Amino acid sequence: MSFRIIVLAKQVPDTRNVGKDAMKADGTVNRAALPAIFNPEDLHALELALRVKDQRTDCEVIVLTMGPFRAAEIIREAMYRGADKGYLITDRKFAGSDTLATSYAISLAVKKLEPYHLVISGRQAIDGDTAQVGPQTAEKLNIPQVTYAEEIPQVTDKHIVVKRRLEQGIEIVKAPLPLAITVHSSAPACRQRVAKLLMKYKHARTITELQNEVKDYTELYNQRPYLQIDEWTVDDLNADTSMLGLSGSPTKVKKIENVVFAHKDSKVISSSDEDIDNLMKELIDSHIIG
Amino acid sequence: MANFYTDNENLKFHLTHPLMEKIVKLKENNYAEKDLHDYAPLDHEDAIDSYDKVLEIIGEISGDIVGPNAESVDHEGPQLIDNEVVYARGTQENYDALVKAGMIGMSLPRQYGGLNFPFVPYVMSAEIVSRADAGFANIWGLQDCAETIHEFGSEEIKNEYLPRFNQGATAAMDLTEPDAGSDLQAVQLKATLDSSSGIWYLDGVKRFITNGDADISLVLARSEANTSDARGLSLFVYDRSHKAVKIRRIENKLGIKGSPTCELVFKNAPAKLIGDTKMGLIKYVMSLMNSARLGVGAQSVGIAEAAWREALKYAQEREQFGKAIIQYPAVYEMITNMKVKTDAIRSLLYETARFVDIYKAYTFAGHDRKLEQSERDEYKYYLKLADVFTPLLKLFSSEYCNQIAYDALQIHGGTGYMKDFPVERIYRDARITTIYEGTSQLQVVAAIRGVGNGAYVKAMKAYDEINVKPELQYMKSVLEKMTDQFAKTVEKVNEFDDNEYLDYHARRLVEMAGNTIMGYLLLLDANRSEVYTNSADIFIRMARAENIAKVGFINQSHPKDLGAYKQV
Repeated sequence: MSFRIIVLAKQVPDTRNVGKDAMKADGTVNRAALPAIFNPEDLHALELALRVKDQRTDCEVIVLTMGPFRAAEIIREAMYRGADKGYLITDRKFAGSDTLATSYAISLAVKKLEPYHLVISGRQAIDGDTAQVGPQTAEKLNIPQVTYAEEIPQVTDKHIVVKRRLEQGIEIVKAPLPLAITVHSSAPACRQRVAKLLMKYKHARTITELQNEVKDYTELYNQRPYLQIDEWTVDDLNADTSMLGLSGSPTKVKKIENVVFAHKDSKVISSSDEDIDNLMKELIDSHIIG
Repeated sequence: MANFYTDNENLKFHLTHPLMEKIVKLKENNYAEKDLHDYAPLDHEDAIDSYDKVLEIIGEISGDIVGPNAESVDHEGPQLIDNEVVYARGTQENYDALVKAGMIGMSLPRQYGGLNFPFVPYVMSAEIVSRADAGFANIWGLQDCAETIHEFGSEEIKNEYLPRFNQGATAAMDLTEPDAGSDLQAVQLKATLDSSSGIWYLDGVKRFITNGDADISLVLARSEANTSDARGLSLFVYDRSHKAVKIRRIENKLGIKGSPTCELVFKNAPAKLIGDTKMGLIKYVMSLMNSARLGVGAQSVGIAEAAWREALKYAQEREQFGKAIIQYPAVYEMITNMKVKTDAIRSLLYETARFVDIYKAYTFAGHDRKLEQSERDEYKYYLKLADVFTPLLKLFSSEYCNQIAYDALQIHGGTGYMKDFPVERIYRDARITTIYEGTSQLQVVAAIRGVGNGAYVKAMKAYDEINVKPELQYMKSVLEKMTDQFAKTVEKVNEFDDNEYLDYHARRLVEMAGNTIMGYLLLLDANRSEVYTNSADIFIRMARAENIAKVGFINQSHPKDLGAYKQV
């Protein structure tokens, strides 16, 4: 039995390079104006998974992502770096899912991939910043979880040692397998894409993508099973639709406030002791520091 | 988050040149390996797509890792500890990233773990890495040695050494000695055959050896006792694991400081013979040097690109007398000329790489089967072109990259003279390109053959036969005049039938040829994409004026003038 690691990854809009079109007038993210990228902390998670694979001959790294058809791109990106296989959870019925509904869908998919040893994901995604999906998935799978991982110093068939990056320092914990881990951005950066893997997997497609391809690669796709990225729908997961999408999502956006920093908000402070004193007091009073 | 491939559209333009169809088909032996290796291309389109995507990886590593490390590598440099060269931290990080991404042994066949890339995308990778750090590009670029082992080594040597490249082995070519620099015929390092074991032993000194402590070294040595010329030299491969070489020191250099330049003492060092004895310099090193010259061409274009970008950025940001300095004619002319020259040498670089690709592909095809007559003719045609274009490329790219780096520093003013901006490092790094792998003066010696035997005029005429858009016709007319003027000037110099007089004007004549050829190349680029129209127009005007000046000088000279230069 191989040592199976499932990496949860998300395709996100690149909110680190925001231009003036990044937000729509209603205050929501304008996804069309932002390039879609591999969520940065998920890349760190992939790296930790690949490092385990580097050490073991029997390790298999599977990438699981949920999103629209184009999210298959991040599965390929993972394959170019050393992942063995990918699954895309995609269905219109998932649209509007919050973290609760998302972790429900993901946990069903992870169960389909049993037996697994590790479920590893980034701590949080840069579009929502909730840091909830990893822990919620662990809860639904009823397995222990270790959050804020930075390094995996040791793995055996039965247990794992994880170094956690906490606000005040580090903590080294030992946990039984199977286990869910969320990875902090202080973990090592993900390795570069590997030339040979890129050339090997660049034709990897989901069935939907294959049908929309300009050139017909069906024959190649059938000859080389490793090029097949499986799509899983609500039916494939036997999911309860009432727990998915908007109906399965108790999170409601109450209000969106658009904060515009205007020039009139600025204040000139001289370098006199008195001005600096006043500034410090103001910062402490407003709980910005202290 | 920088990518030195995707941010430079010129590269894709050259990658998709029409001649690539032929090159890739030859290199891939009509896509014969598609069912043998899961990463082999299916067809032409697929191959180009693979090159494009792999170059994107190189571009990312160069932009995100190699480039940001360049400054610390320049300051830190390599160290000699216990007879071992220890790279600067950044150098090691760069190398590891490129090894892991599979970028060593790129041009080697797949059976040896390579990517089987033609020269064009391989040379393009070299340009990209050089833009990030020219000194590091040497360490990475010495994978050229693999190509020489592949071309001339025995099966046993190929199987032993070639697979190691893709796994990250470093390489060096040990040619120069204290008394054998430009004149490699004078190499003294001795190779002695132990006839009982069949092993050769090397003894002697090598100097100025880039990456001298490499895992795999190609060593030029004198295998024939009592000889003193090129016919007594053979090429050997030495494996570092024998620990039979003492590293005397790492040189302290002006530029490319991250690249360790070593003085080596071989003491009874066991080595294996590459190919046949006596062919070391005559055949194998000549081939190795041609690849290395292509490599310096790529390095020079990379440096030029880096220098131009630094200058442009600074000129846009720096304000004097109330506006950005790029708005002043003195500055924008410089900036534009830098760009035009970079476009010109890049065009020459990839044209040369294409010629090398075709003749090399036929060379290897010829090992497996008998070539058809038409293939043999093509082989000869492209070999000849590669032979005359390579020195032209080395000469122009290195000289231009120095001019561009000089101007880039000038644009920075006093700030550029300080250590605060990358331009001072680029300026120092550029300086070596006109010197190593054959000085500019030696490139002229190699190129003058193409002037004498009409090869350059033939190339110009061949370019002239290609139809161009009507709006570009005026440039073609100028180039036709330049061709004619060049041919006449060569005749005029030859009328005196005086070799020393020809040597005296050699550089002027070679530069006239280069100016005209680069003019044609830019014209053809403009014909394929209007993006290059401005560069072609400016370059051809500049080249025309330069050639007229040279003709003026040559026309008023006489062999008896040489005496005036011999008085110092």
